[in-house]
Amino acid sequence: MTEPPYPAFNTLAIHAGAQPDPATGARATPIYQTSSYVFDDVEHAASLFALEAFGNVYTRITNPTQAVLEERVAALEDGTAALATASGHAAQSIVFHTLLEPGDHFLAGRQLYGGSVNQFNHAFKKFDWHVIWADATKPESFEAALNDKVKAIFIESLANPGGVVVDIEAIAKIAKKAGVPLIVDNTLATPYLCRPKEHGANIIVHSLTKFLGGQGNSLGGIIVDCGTFDWLASGKYPTLSEPCPSYNGIRMAETFGDFSFSIACRMLGLRDLGPCISPFNAFLILNGIETLPLRMQRHCDNALSVAEWLDSHDKVDWVSYAGLKGNAYNKLAGKYLPRGAGSVFTFGLKGGYDSGVALVSNVNLFSHLANIGDTRSLIIHPASTTHSQLTSDERKAAGAGDDVVRLSIGIEDKDDIIADLEQALEQA
Amino acid sequence: MKHDQYSDRYIRRLLTTHKTFAFVGASPKKIRPSYFAMKYLQDKGFRVIPVNPGHSGKEILGETVYASLADIAEAVDVVDIFRNSEAALEIAKEAIEIGAKVVWMQLGVRNDDAARLAEEAGLEVVMNRCPKIEYGRLSGEIGWAGVNSRTISSRRPMLASKGIQHRVIRGD
Repeated sequence: MTEPPYPAFNTLAIHAGAQPDPATGARATPIYQTSSYVFDDVEHAASLFALEAFGNVYTRITNPTQAVLEERVAALEDGTAALATASGHAAQSIVFHTLLEPGDHFLAGRQLYGGSVNQFNHAFKKFDWHVIWADATKPESFEAALNDKVKAIFIESLANPGGVVVDIEAIAKIAKKAGVPLIVDNTLATPYLCRPKEHGANIIVHSLTKFLGGQGNSLGGIIVDCGTFDWLASGKYPTLSEPCPSYNGIRMAETFGDFSFSIACRMLGLRDLGPCISPFNAFLILNGIETLPLRMQRHCDNALSVAEWLDSHDKVDWVSYAGLKGNAYNKLAGKYLPRGAGSVFTFGLKGGYDSGVALVSNVNLFSHLANIGDTRSLIIHPASTTHSQLTSDERKAAGAGDDVVRLSIGIEDKDDIIADLEQALEQA
Repeated sequence: MKHDQYSDRYIRRLLTTHKTFAFVGASPKKIRPSYFAMKYLQDKGFRVIPVNPGHSGKEILGETVYASLADIAEAVDVVDIFRNSEAALEIAKEAIEIGAKVVWMQLGVRNDDAARLAEEAGLEVVMNRCPKIEYGRLSGEIGWAGVNSRTISSRRPMLASKGIQHRVIRGD
């Protein structure tokens, strides 16, 4: 008998991790809305607490609905395992809590989601973890920034919001040479457009809130363990390589092999810091993922049409979309994002600040809000909202100059999206 | 056969037809991978006989430890090697001697000479795999910890007769 081949992406998006419910036969994954699970007997309980058996104890650590989501995303990213969390920020907190000790450093490309910049600059400093900023458009800047306290490198595959496509392979080489893991935030690309593991990433994080869930209704984050980093090769990662006092002295990397990073994140980071995902959110995001390939392709096709239309509009100064021919990142997009350059991008208005305010005030289909990756088309003028506390010069340095408008193109009919921008631009 | 990867069908057949394992290099220490694997397989209804000359005559998880495979009086189906790759050749020879059906080398253990020898003698071989992880993967239990089982199925998972949080592997 021949065995069927390993399923491809569309099939995994629907089936990975989910079997009919063993207790009821329910075909859709049930929402296991429970805090805890009864033990079979005392011995079973002891085995679970010692990590000797697989099983559920308490929803802060594992939950069956969440587990389907985790296996689904691990399969889509071709990782060995995954851990879902309350938000993308929670995922990042747990990743660094597992990797770093007080006093440690890590490198990050400065072209990042502003929330990550704040988390790394301010919140992490209180743990005595120190970010060193490099330039994600210049891989050699990471090599120049290395020192012997650096324990990890962090980048986004497709940086938010500037449309920067990062040369993952070049930075992965530098990480490998330095003996530190490369962490890639793949939120804007999703595994449908880019699989960072194929380019040398060791750990992948996502905000599930964006394209994976895709409908703007549920917060969530996830950590994917690619299973490609040797945690025992150096003494740099004691959480994984040293005996663990709260689990009888087991060594995570020895006991759990190529998925030990995910287990350490769950059994130490999530257990002790606590930002678990709600089972209901896990359910909604899981349903979103089933249609990821269809949605993502439509997002990209619509975004390219809108970017091309804006590029020829006489009130528009510039459009920063890597899918456009002539864009500085078009070549890298061809390599890393062959199916499309995502649907989040920025453009500049010749009329500056006042034009930006007029545009967001007059849209009727676009929603004026601070999110991305929704079925609905979204718009924001950073200078008057997210970056309004900064001076004009500071805004310019952050890529949020007075003229900048950010779009997240939805999956409506593209003619309707363009028509809405057209009527609003007339008034801008 | 090739040993870089195995079909799920092959592993599933080995784990549903054989019932008695000998663990060469079994450890009495509760935190060692061999102890974890032994306890788990016992829980799934396998007989696991520990072999370790340094602990012969003592007990691990209720089973007497033997000094060598040849000392075991009863039939052994699967010899699972928890030693370094170099030691696997001699152990494979002993496995052939005692009439075992399968030589299984743990995660991280691979010895192609030992595999060839065992296959020439009619035994089946698995290298660089853990039977606990494989059982957890094929039964779906490993997915409870967010681990990618690399399998999909539209059929209901099979529950074990005992307890609630226990699954078994469906045979072909």
